[in-house]
Amino acid sequence: MSHDNAVQTKLITMANQIARFMESKPHDEGVSGLASHINDYWEPRMRRQLFELIDKGGAGFRPLVLEAAPQIRRPAA
Amino acid sequence: MKDFIIPDRDFGTPAAKSKTMVTLSIDGFDVTVPEGTSIMRAAAEIGISVPKLCATDSLDAFGSCRLCLVEVEGRNGTPASCTTPVAPGIKVHTQTGKLKQLRRGVMELYISDHPLDCLTCAANGDCELQDMAGAVGLRDVRYEAPENGKMETHFRAKDTSGAANPQWLPKDDSNPYFSYDPSKCIVCNRCVRACEEVQGTFALTIEGRGWDSRVHAGLKEDTFLSSDCVSCGACVQACPTATLVEKSIIDIGTPDRGIVTTCAYCGVGCQFKAEMRGDELVRMVPYKHGKANRGHSCVKGRFAYGYASHKDRILSPMIRDSINDPWKEVSWAEAMAFAANRMKAIQDQYGRQSVGVITSSRCTNEEAYLVQKLTRAVFLNNNTDTCARVCHSPTGYGLGQTFGTSAGTQDFDSVEDCDVALVIGANPHSGHPVFASRLKKRLRQGAKLILVDPRRTEMFEGPHYRAAHHLALKPGTNVAVVSAMAHVIVTEGLYDEEFIRTRCDWDEFQDYAAFISEPQHAPEAIELLTGVPAAELRGAARLYATGGNAAIYYGLGVTEHSQGSTTVIAIANLAMLTGNIGRPGVGVNPLRGQNNVQGSCDMGSFPHELPGYRHVKGPEVRAIYEAAWGVPIDPEPGLRIPNMLDAAVEGSFKGLYCQGEDILQSDPDTKHVAAGLAAMECVIVHDLFLNETANYAHVFFPGSSFLEKDGTFTNAERRINRVRKVMAPKQGYADWEVTQLFARAMGADWNYTHPAQIMEEIALTTPSFAGVSYDRLEELGSVQWPCNEAAPEGTPLMHIDGFVRGRGKFIRTEYVATDERSGPRFPLLLTTGRILSQYNVGAQTRRTENVVWHPEDVLEIHPHDAENRGIREGDWVRLASRAGETTLRATVTDTVSPGVVYTTFHHPVTQANVITTDFSDWATNCPEYKVTAVQVSPSNGPSEWQEEYEAQAALSRRIAAAE
Repeated sequence: MSHDNAVQTKLITMANQIARFMESKPHDEGVSGLASHINDYWEPRMRRQLFELIDKGGAGFRPLVLEAAPQIRRPAA
Repeated sequence: MKDFIIPDRDFGTPAAKSKTMVTLSIDGFDVTVPEGTSIMRAAAEIGISVPKLCATDSLDAFGSCRLCLVEVEGRNGTPASCTTPVAPGIKVHTQTGKLKQLRRGVMELYISDHPLDCLTCAANGDCELQDMAGAVGLRDVRYEAPENGKMETHFRAKDTSGAANPQWLPKDDSNPYFSYDPSKCIVCNRCVRACEEVQGTFALTIEGRGWDSRVHAGLKEDTFLSSDCVSCGACVQACPTATLVEKSIIDIGTPDRGIVTTCAYCGVGCQFKAEMRGDELVRMVPYKHGKANRGHSCVKGRFAYGYASHKDRILSPMIRDSINDPWKEVSWAEAMAFAANRMKAIQDQYGRQSVGVITSSRCTNEEAYLVQKLTRAVFLNNNTDTCARVCHSPTGYGLGQTFGTSAGTQDFDSVEDCDVALVIGANPHSGHPVFASRLKKRLRQGAKLILVDPRRTEMFEGPHYRAAHHLALKPGTNVAVVSAMAHVIVTEGLYDEEFIRTRCDWDEFQDYAAFISEPQHAPEAIELLTGVPAAELRGAARLYATGGNAAIYYGLGVTEHSQGSTTVIAIANLAMLTGNIGRPGVGVNPLRGQNNVQGSCDMGSFPHELPGYRHVKGPEVRAIYEAAWGVPIDPEPGLRIPNMLDAAVEGSFKGLYCQGEDILQSDPDTKHVAAGLAAMECVIVHDLFLNETANYAHVFFPGSSFLEKDGTFTNAERRINRVRKVMAPKQGYADWEVTQLFARAMGADWNYTHPAQIMEEIALTTPSFAGVSYDRLEELGSVQWPCNEAAPEGTPLMHIDGFVRGRGKFIRTEYVATDERSGPRFPLLLTTGRILSQYNVGAQTRRTENVVWHPEDVLEIHPHDAENRGIREGDWVRLASRAGETTLRATVTDTVSPGVVYTTFHHPVTQANVITTDFSDWATNCPEYKVTAVQVSPSNGPSEWQEEYEAQAALSRRIAAAE
């Protein structure tokens, strides 16, 4: 597995882990909780990689991640 | 240098705690003391020292030496003042003709069986027997063994006829740090009592009776080293003679002064007196007024300081162009210029974000503050992280969400009021030994223990106590177990409704109660998953909820999981459910690993928050630092350690300044760490030793030990303790000065001349530290933050009248199984931990005599699993996970359950983190050290990786000979 693939897999895993926690909350709170968690803790480079994957269709992400995406801050290019 | 010679007066017996006061007269002076005080202590309070030998104020009165006799008007006889309590109106005389005669007679008997080699004795000048002989005016010893009379003493190797004396016993020098000389023993029992009352090990005993009474460690054939003795030093501390004495005193002589400072090992934060002669450290003696340790110590802080003068210590800065070159020793100026030029060039070429720092949890608050300031104010990014990432970051998240602050809620004194201790994923016996002694003391008094741990750790049972419940869960199922306890408490109606209604959000509680009451959280439902019998779990939950003051103590067995943060939340839920918050004896107590891991987090070491846990996104917080530092603060969170390594492999992160941390050894997935480091263009390691990370470094700044600098450490109870310089830095500069030199080389105008000025800056910019200053610390000894206008003397207990966040927040804790599962290829679960005599990656303790207790890491495996694999005690085994493999020796034991194996990570050769994977906590990316699926098989030697690694390390550590 190339490094890029490994990075992507890890990023998807991490986002999905957060989603698994947020899924136990009431739906709207979970969506905003997931978005603000990523906004607060993920540095721009990681968010950029996240959006690259989401913009390509978001394969592998749990639905909550995709639903929260509009609330996640896009890093300046 | 400021000396702190605070006379440690010995009051003879412990202070009484009664609020009722009693007035009596001693030698014509009135004195008022709490009821229950001994006459001896009451006399000491007004400056009258009654002669004594078997009494000391760290131990309960014993009344055996018969020296402290007094007369009380109207009472018969001459009672021992140590065992006689005060009474209202009594008139005591401590010095009468009768008493003088009695005492002299007693002393004469003692001295008749004691060698008179005072001038060459190690205790010369520091011997209570000598002092008491003087105090009672002993001038003559009439009892002499008649020549050829064969009369025996305990101290002559031969009797008077010249034959070997069977009563004489040779010295026991088996312990590396202290010696036991039976010939000097007066059988006062202080050592035996210290081992029992203070340490709680009960390794010592008095064997024989009367004339035959001798102090002995362990069983008949044992020496101190082979006995249960844990070398805490309490017996040595208690001994009034040279019977038990530090070997350093024998080698060097008595110290001429003592300076109070703070231990640099674990998060308990014991205070010590560094006893000095000139600039030589003679010994470290636990400081009676240290509020975390109350005069106790463990083998590490008390004795294992030799690393500071170990030959491996690097004392000259070094540089090299490539990690394949040998190191070149250079001047500080050259090293600074080299490092600064490289870092500047990297930022010019790859951008502002391409460099970062790692602050140390071993260094002082002031030093951590400067390192994060370096990245924020000089590199102009937030790329700072600290080793708390790999230990207690989930505590910060979990307690922050539920209570509003990551702070542990209690002080260590609180354990004295605890009725039920719930110890989860922590082994204080090994990791926090002085706290363990204080907890065990409370357990011996009758408090109950609930142990939640996959292993039957040393905490499980001890002399006079045994855990009421041991929930031996499968690694990785913490959330299921703690949630099931909450299920029992809620469904059986054991929660504290009044507390919840007044202190927490009732609606959130209702939601949580509905969630946790669902049948899938019941103990019966999770029994198969967790391996914990439902009845045992129910019993534990009931005890926690109804057993009185219940306190939770937890460690890395909670945090280092993919659901670490969720478990912390579950723990906070438990405490809120039962109202166990906000008073002595209760609370949620994270046991922090390193001496200053609390402090390094407080100081803004995390990439998303400025000092005082304030997120960088807050413009009002940034404004404080923009004003103080005169630079813009980046509003985006920076890179965490794993991100730095990922970014390095990707090519966007190129330079790292790493102070006092060995990420190559302590961080998970060693191969990934190595690849990240190897991809960087400038790695600056600032450490005492050429650690494993330094194998990949281009610049080495030699560090100073905690003995060589001023500063503060903050322990697990948020206590800010002073660290005091007792000798000059051996390599020229304290670590804060090195960081300042580097910042200046990078162009910053930093001009601190003393760490007190750094603390001033911290206090000015951080509300929870607003009241902290070195003057305040001198005055109070230590202080627990928050310390500000509202709490000028600090805050021993948090959340007394309300939670920091307002109302306590219940949060649902859904169990999610870790992706790390055992399966056909890797059928066992590996969990990791520590051992008493070693510390963390062992960089310090391996460089001391502590190696006699733990020369190598071993793998604990259950007899059943060992049998299946044909593994016998002591065999070399190969330990493999999907990440890598290593080899080590096996020990077959049932302290681990079938299906679970366990090892420590103190030795670099073992490379336990070659095995651990890159799974991590969902919220903080704290690595999942405590669960790795592995296979174990017989082996005949080191793995290929170990051999390659050793070769690379040896190559990389070369230092070119000076030209």
